[in-house]
Amino acid sequence: MSKAFRKFKAPILLGAGILFLVIGVFRGEVLVVLQKAVIICLECVGIG
Amino acid sequence: MAKHSKKLLRTGVQTAFTALSNGYLVGFLQGKIYTGPTKALCLPGLNCYSCPGALGSCPIGSLQAVLGSRQFSVSFYVLGFLMAVGALWGRFVCGWLCPFGLAQDLIYKIPFPKKLKSIPADRYLKALKYVMLAVFVILLPLFAVDVTGMGDPWFCKYVCPSGTLMAGLPLLAANTALRSAVGWLFAWKSAILAVILFLSLLICRPFCRYLCPLGALYGLMNKASFYRLILNKDLCIHCGKCEEACDLGIPVLTNQNSMECIRCGDCKNACPTGALHSTLDQLWAQKNRTGISGRSASSK
Repeated sequence: MSKAFRKFKAPILLGAGILFLVIGVFRGEVLVVLQKAVIICLECVGIG
Repeated sequence: MAKHSKKLLRTGVQTAFTALSNGYLVGFLQGKIYTGPTKALCLPGLNCYSCPGALGSCPIGSLQAVLGSRQFSVSFYVLGFLMAVGALWGRFVCGWLCPFGLAQDLIYKIPFPKKLKSIPADRYLKALKYVMLAVFVILLPLFAVDVTGMGDPWFCKYVCPSGTLMAGLPLLAANTALRSAVGWLFAWKSAILAVILFLSLLICRPFCRYLCPLGALYGLMNKASFYRLILNKDLCIHCGKCEEACDLGIPVLTNQNSMECIRCGDCKNACPTGALHSTLDQLWAQKNRTGISGRSASSK
């Protein structure tokens, strides 16, 4: 691993994370999360 | 700050964050969940979105929901969120912000005749959380789909004890309709929860060590994150107090940024010479030094 990468891996990871997040928002993934989160998840509760 | 106050500070932060992120109190009373727009946002810890008080979503549940949906086979939104949080804090989230981590910590505080640093096969059991992440959170929701092309949230459904504790028990207590639908799955998940809670009496954070897929993901970023621990070798006297203080049995002297470290700070607090510090402490010290020199320069 190059010295430069070692030094900048946190900012690179953060930048990539923010970029992914924005891409996800524009793809409409937020709606899928919201739709799942606003109804009682029977699997999570243990009913199935 | 004394060691005891530092421990209290962490418990205070954990409790405050859990209370804030699960602040919809009406839900607990009426046996229903919050349905507002903040539910589209992920919370950093393992916080079930079906907890009656939850104001946000569990990132592991959200990841499975997106992967198991018909529209998407990868979740940029949730992975991006986890990468950003992991880049900033790594497993600091586990130690300071996770509600299920708090539950385990509180149980571990209960006196018990013998507390263990690890259990037999600890080394192999630690690998289980990566299996959980790869198989139960990613592969099964993605590929084990029904006729409509939808996948189940396998980790939430068959494993997650946080969901049973934070969502299952309070919802069943207040909602008679749900209570009448209880079957073998609830018994299975309650058994997992009971085992985890009993193990929490004996060892520190059994779920985080062996099963948590969120901890596994954040752990991968522990060495890369902005928040890291640093050992000043010139100050270290090799007394071993840091390793003695670590309830997770991490070899602090050789691997301060282990993937298993939840950043509780017990090692830092135990260090008699101040050889162990975090990047945040370093930044704070630098800021103070600059502030002092800036003030003295302006007074001349």
